[in-house]
Amino acid sequence: MTSVAHAKHDAHGDAHHAPMSFWQKYIFSTDHKIIGIQFLFVSLFFLLVGGLLAMQIRWQLGFPGQPMPGGGILPETMAPGGVILPEYYIQLVTMHGTFMVFFAIMPLLVGVYANFLIPLKLGAHDMAFPRINMWSFWLALLAGLIMLSGFFMPDGAPRCGWTMYVPCSARPDLSGVTTAQKLWSISIVVLGLSSVMGSVNYITTVINHRAPGMTWFRMPLSVWALFITAILGVLALPVLQGAAIMLLFDQSIGTHFFDPGAGGQPLLWQHLFWFFGHPEVYILILPAMGMVSDIIANGSRKPIFGYHSMVFAIIGIAFLGWIVWGHHMFMSGMNPTLGSTFMVSTLLIAVPSAVKVFNWLGTMWRGQLHFHVPMLNAIGFVSMFTIGGLSGIFMAATPVDIPIHDTQFIVAHIHYVLFGGSLFALFAAITFWYPKMFGRMMNEPLGKVHFWLTLITYNMTFFPMHIIGMGGQMRRIYDPTIYDFLKPQQYLNVFISYSAFALFAVQFLFAFNFLWSLKFGKKAPLNPWNDNGLEWSLPNPAPHGNWAPATPNVYRGPYEYSSPEATDTDFLPQTRKLPTDRDPVPATLSGGH
Amino acid sequence: MKVRIFSVVGAMLMLTVCSKGDQRTAANAASRTVDTTAPAAAPAAAATTSAAGGTISGKIKFTGTAPRNPAIDMSEEAACKAKYKTTPTEENVVAGPANALANVFVYVKAGVPAGQTFTAPTTPVVLNQDGCRYHPHVFGIMVNQPLEIKNSDPLLHNIKAIAKKNRPFNISQPNAGMQTSRTFNAPEVMVNLECNVHGWMKAFVGVRPDPFFAVSGADGSFTISGLPPGTYTIEAWHEKLGTQTATVTIAGTETKTANLTFAAH
Amino acid sequence: MRWWLPDAGSTFAGPIDTMFTVILILTGIALVIVEVGVIAFMIRYRARPGGRAFYTHGSTRAEVIWTAIPAVTMIVLGLVSNHYWVLMKDKKSIPANATHFGVHAKQFEWQVTYAGADGKLGTDDDFTVRNQLHIPVNQPVAVELSSEDVIHSFFVPEFRVKQDAVPGMHITAWFQATKTGEFEIGCAELCGMGHYKMRARVFVHTPEEYNAWLTQQASGGAE
Repeated sequence: MTSVAHAKHDAHGDAHHAPMSFWQKYIFSTDHKIIGIQFLFVSLFFLLVGGLLAMQIRWQLGFPGQPMPGGGILPETMAPGGVILPEYYIQLVTMHGTFMVFFAIMPLLVGVYANFLIPLKLGAHDMAFPRINMWSFWLALLAGLIMLSGFFMPDGAPRCGWTMYVPCSARPDLSGVTTAQKLWSISIVVLGLSSVMGSVNYITTVINHRAPGMTWFRMPLSVWALFITAILGVLALPVLQGAAIMLLFDQSIGTHFFDPGAGGQPLLWQHLFWFFGHPEVYILILPAMGMVSDIIANGSRKPIFGYHSMVFAIIGIAFLGWIVWGHHMFMSGMNPTLGSTFMVSTLLIAVPSAVKVFNWLGTMWRGQLHFHVPMLNAIGFVSMFTIGGLSGIFMAATPVDIPIHDTQFIVAHIHYVLFGGSLFALFAAITFWYPKMFGRMMNEPLGKVHFWLTLITYNMTFFPMHIIGMGGQMRRIYDPTIYDFLKPQQYLNVFISYSAFALFAVQFLFAFNFLWSLKFGKKAPLNPWNDNGLEWSLPNPAPHGNWAPATPNVYRGPYEYSSPEATDTDFLPQTRKLPTDRDPVPATLSGGH
Repeated sequence: MKVRIFSVVGAMLMLTVCSKGDQRTAANAASRTVDTTAPAAAPAAAATTSAAGGTISGKIKFTGTAPRNPAIDMSEEAACKAKYKTTPTEENVVAGPANALANVFVYVKAGVPAGQTFTAPTTPVVLNQDGCRYHPHVFGIMVNQPLEIKNSDPLLHNIKAIAKKNRPFNISQPNAGMQTSRTFNAPEVMVNLECNVHGWMKAFVGVRPDPFFAVSGADGSFTISGLPPGTYTIEAWHEKLGTQTATVTIAGTETKTANLTFAAH
Repeated sequence: MRWWLPDAGSTFAGPIDTMFTVILILTGIALVIVEVGVIAFMIRYRARPGGRAFYTHGSTRAEVIWTAIPAVTMIVLGLVSNHYWVLMKDKKSIPANATHFGVHAKQFEWQVTYAGADGKLGTDDDFTVRNQLHIPVNQPVAVELSSEDVIHSFFVPEFRVKQDAVPGMHITAWFQATKTGEFEIGCAELCGMGHYKMRARVFVHTPEEYNAWLTQQASGGAE
């Protein structure tokens, strides 16, 4: 039973009353849920693009110089006779990273779930600025299309790594790419605008639009994580935009920010990029951690272990994340003393992450574990992210970084935290909130098969990369067999490639499940996961306006599972009023409207 | 208001994206075939000449002592080193018997009647990379005549064309048998070709609008034929020793001799 | 079937490899705790009919323990690491008796300049060789890195040496080889289409071989 506060008088008039056309409702929607779903479809498309690029990379690394099956459709400038050219290979590695980081993982975690979950989990009717929110989506889509167009330019896509180091990226005569490099800068500026608009919305909504009773420390960890992530975004993205504009100017209007011949500094780019880049990777993991917390508590039927520690760990990670960027530059030629300071901060940032892992274990400890698909993927996240986080310690220790920097060991680390971490969390989140988005359930047995097959093929793909990295295989090289010292481990590249092809194929199970269930999935009951969150007090799919014109009351924290206050059941929703509960006083001025 | 913002932003985008250097002239399609037979060394570019017309021929020599051509250490590229019985040297100054100077690009710099156009032949000029060297080292090609670049070595070569009047290009050929085709759209003397993986690999191509050019052979001799009557300035270009010019008048179908001498310092 | 770092070839390999092993043990312990914990909990605490989870919001004592132990471990690791970091990378650590070589990185080759008979770089008797670095064994060597065009990175896996070469910067990296033989140099920073082909070799000679090679170079060049 939910108790709902009376609708507050709204002087602005209610835009929800006017009937909306198809375009207003589904295309140019200002409803945060529709916007979240739009982000979902577009980002899954870019995830597919990133995956296709990865398949080509793995082909070349496993079978250097061999014609690729299907490669005949590529133009001669990329792969004559299906043989991937070196200049195309470096476009592949560059754009794989670019699409995955900026147009797949970031929008999937933030564009989708910050948009979809924040108002629902706080009891709000929508975001603070719905129209700016709509612009945030369309700008992100525009940025993605601009970036994609790079491949269709006469001299191809950018190719200096997703990290775009200068002078390579600033000098078309040295890189070979002109137009698409400028489009990269423009795309990044547009994407940054999208991110900042989104962040402004998320931050304002969390601060101002919490339902009565939703105090700061009753917010779910997913919302805490998305809130902190939004702060990171609004501060970090503009730095990248600035750097991208400086790069664009160096290429087009004759400035020399990064040109050493004219007094510029190549290292300036690295400092700017990584000052953005390190908070960016926390943007790519914190929302995942937050959602995983919600799901593990739900799956364990237990409160999250150490809720306050978890909040402080999120804040600690975000704060420390601003002062570790130089660990990407240990070999760059910057003053080694700076290396020492960055090493200290980097080693320390391992601590709050460790705290979170132990708290997830603590949540599972003595629980009643239900292994639904989201729970399986969330546990997979914990296992795989732990490996990724621990491998980071090797690099943080600067002398050990010397042999492993810019090798496949780093690539292994990146993929353990971004795939083993963020992507598993996304499989969990997509499955968990699917009924809220679409009113149907994804197929459970298929989801379980997808999880186990993914877990196996994923580890087969990425774990051996640690080994070939230790063996010295450098990043972004077109043909490892050029080097005598790498020839003995080439068989591992073959193994990794086959595993990667299998991993990619397995994802079609998820894609099929996702698309098929839209139409044919089991109709979702009201609260399919017996979850405590506010969103589950609404029908599935959630209606436009959420609880409008009413606002829910919140009586407790988000993780009251197996509470002694409600022994007839093992969950206690935040909105359920017990006889001993009193209605909260509205905490915010706008009252959630 | 919105329209104004969009047009300003759109204009700014267009200005930055469409800056100088992006105006593409004719697209350069690459050849599809991957030829696995070992190609022979390409002959020097043959200029198409008409049956009638005068001829300028001569011998190129140099005075002084030719500088030593440094040896090329190909130890780091075993597959290329294996193709040589004696140590290969750079081709800075290729001297023949009696101080003959080879690899001199000779062309008609002035004197061709204005407005006269010549059709480029469709047969390509072949540039072969064999033993980590370009064959030929110096050659001529007509505007819009195809240049077919072949890799006869089982390793990566890239062909970087450093051009000012033509669009520069940089293409890679990682495997033996790969073939790519390019054309030049504007006359340019000379376009430098280099391989960045093998720093000693250099070639020079003279792009001309007419067929009146030649490259001196090992004995220093060159021939330019098919010239209509007129007074011509010919220029001889050498990669290290600079240029020399001469003036020749052709009245009918005779052969005029023009010998040119460079100073080797 | 070698699944480890390459064979040690310099004085840096000992400390780096030892640190690597220590970190592997520490992270291995953490990994085992977490993964065994996950699997054990999945088995032991799976939902059973009629069961109820243990309602607790946490334990401050547990938080303190599992915050303090990682923190202390990281601090100790940092202190030990820094000692070696300074030794390997600080300018002041370059031995005064190191033999200096100029290594100029360029798309896509390494131009190695030798000091010549006078033993000083930057004088008229210097000579440059492509893609071959000849050095004496058991003596400190300093490579003065520069770049012609984009950022490259000088990397010799067996020596545990890596240093970016940045255009506009003059960066010196030092090491001391402990084994004679041939080793490969790779470029460890994406520098263009020929990045993978920027392979060069280091020849570590006995003192006699090294002097013989220098003499041969002075008299006319490679064979």
